[in-house]
Amino acid sequence: MSVILGISAFYHDSAAALLVNGKIVAAAQEERFTRKKQDAAYPRKAIDFVLEFSDISLNEVDAVVFYDKPFLKFERLLETYIAFAPKGFRSYLTSIPIWLKEKLFQKDMILKELRRHAGGFPDQEKLLFSEHHLSHAASAFYPSPYDEAVVLTMDGVGEWATCSVAIGRGKTLEIVKELHFPHSLGLLYSAMTYYLGFKVNSGEYKIMGLAPYGDPKYTELILSKLIDLKADGSFRLDMRYFNYATGFTMTNKKFSELFGHPVRESEDALDQFHMDMAASIQKVTEEIMLTITRSLATEHNIPNLCLAGGVALNCVANGEILKDGAFENIWIQPAAGDAGGSIGAAYAAWHIEFEQPRTTCPSDRMEGSYLGPEFTQTQIENALRSLGAVYDVIDSEDQINSITANALANGKAVGWFQGRMEFGPRSLGCRAILGDPRSAKMQKTLNLKVKYRESFRPFAPSVLQEDVADWFEIDVDSPYMLMVAGVSKRRRLEASPSAEKLFGIEKLNIQRSEIPAVTHVDYSARIHTVNSKTNEKYYNLLKAFKDLTDCPVLVNTSFNVRGEPIVCTPEDAFRCFMGTEIEMLVCGNTVLYKDKQNTSLAEDYKSKYELD
Amino acid sequence: MSLLNELWRYMKVRKKFWLLPIFAVMALFGGLVVMSQGSAVAPFIYTIF
Repeated sequence: MSVILGISAFYHDSAAALLVNGKIVAAAQEERFTRKKQDAAYPRKAIDFVLEFSDISLNEVDAVVFYDKPFLKFERLLETYIAFAPKGFRSYLTSIPIWLKEKLFQKDMILKELRRHAGGFPDQEKLLFSEHHLSHAASAFYPSPYDEAVVLTMDGVGEWATCSVAIGRGKTLEIVKELHFPHSLGLLYSAMTYYLGFKVNSGEYKIMGLAPYGDPKYTELILSKLIDLKADGSFRLDMRYFNYATGFTMTNKKFSELFGHPVRESEDALDQFHMDMAASIQKVTEEIMLTITRSLATEHNIPNLCLAGGVALNCVANGEILKDGAFENIWIQPAAGDAGGSIGAAYAAWHIEFEQPRTTCPSDRMEGSYLGPEFTQTQIENALRSLGAVYDVIDSEDQINSITANALANGKAVGWFQGRMEFGPRSLGCRAILGDPRSAKMQKTLNLKVKYRESFRPFAPSVLQEDVADWFEIDVDSPYMLMVAGVSKRRRLEASPSAEKLFGIEKLNIQRSEIPAVTHVDYSARIHTVNSKTNEKYYNLLKAFKDLTDCPVLVNTSFNVRGEPIVCTPEDAFRCFMGTEIEMLVCGNTVLYKDKQNTSLAEDYKSKYELD
Repeated sequence: MSLLNELWRYMKVRKKFWLLPIFAVMALFGGLVVMSQGSAVAPFIYTIF
């Protein structure tokens, strides 16, 4: 037996993944255990989980692989400071002590932490380091179903690389070109996230959700002033407009002057300008990604594309790449951000360092991304009992599905907690809040009363795989909710001429399709296809809902509130259920109704978590 | 010592010997900066970690 532990940590979204004989058996993000969103600390609990789940102790592990190389990052820092000197001296004074005190000693720190686990970690030669973008590329290619693929990774920044292209063939994976810091599509998007008053590194997906409310009228300005885009998709940013290389903010005064508005304060009102800016940066992102993928398709003549890195979570751009058709097949790592680097680091060691052969399977090797903890019925009941919950135990799965489907059809918001927790940022039907997509008020209700988040944010549909083409303009599988496509034309409702004239956030009030709760203002939807092989329970629930309503679609949003990591345990699920207006909770074979619970168990959940 | 050894190996692999004087100065003066600080907690800045 050969065991490799992959770790990503110390930046954001720490995680651990365990590979046994080349198969991913468990992976989890630290935030789910510590309940601290995007926890960057050493992933002690995640490591304990993946080891315990596999019944392996740390001293049986053949290699521990860290997902990036701290010295290379330090080199980038130093060279950046030298290049921009004397600008950036304050930033230098802030960062260098941290590096000299802690970060340069990351290897020692990791070894020390590893030795504190049960079983210890005796052999320091077993600790390996993989480059950041190689980890991303490995996470995209090795679990993919392809023997050969072009692998594109794009994020904010790793060590030096911000975008890399690799070619994967069998067990080999070779990076063939890179774009280097400070020229970064991820950082450009983050700069706009900052400018529009959202939190960098977590608010990017809000920009994507906001974009359809706006008109991309600043696209040309961005392309002409901020970025020099070449025919092959490579680009350079005009750093005179940005501050992230040497300062404490993402953009500077010149950036604000260019667009004629100051940086928006967090939680200030969003107006049409902000929506237009969001639409523009989204358009620019799509244009850059399409330019790159078209050029790569021509250059390499390989029909398969794999994507990873934070930018690959831009599912609207992914949908455009799919629609563009430059590549016949696309596979995206579901944990495309840094958490997924743990899987990639482990895979890179297995296939590149240890030269182990690779076999592919027709779907992929991510096990539906259901790689986290699961709980037995006894554990669930014990947990709920100890919390004082009132619940019914229903042994028949058909009955549970029928009760749940009926509750959903009656407009109830249902917490759905089943099986193994998902790895990555998306809920894929195991830790989910579900609703009826046919309801015109469901989006507002879920946003404001359940998730406590901004009203403009869209919700994603889960749909039976076999029905996807009937309801959406897509005929390929999207099991990880990473593709956006339009709602099928025949399911759309025609908007009245007066409704068509509405602007910005007012567009929310128009019913656009038979499934308005998951139809965004531009008729798009972030699709999650469900099949019986990877998630039978959720598939059967969708079937039951379809039998009842003729609609094979459900609203699926992650089981958490704004700023909270997705729930991990039955205890987390019950607390979230009690602290929000979720009306029913299905946890394994137990069913809980809000009106039967002791109201004194509810806590103030709305202000419990720091806003993201 | 292991850090110095690692740094030396890194400079050899990356052919970055020109960074050596910078490391030396940093070790001298950076040490003072570190000593004068109570804690290494700083605001989160995207690109410097």
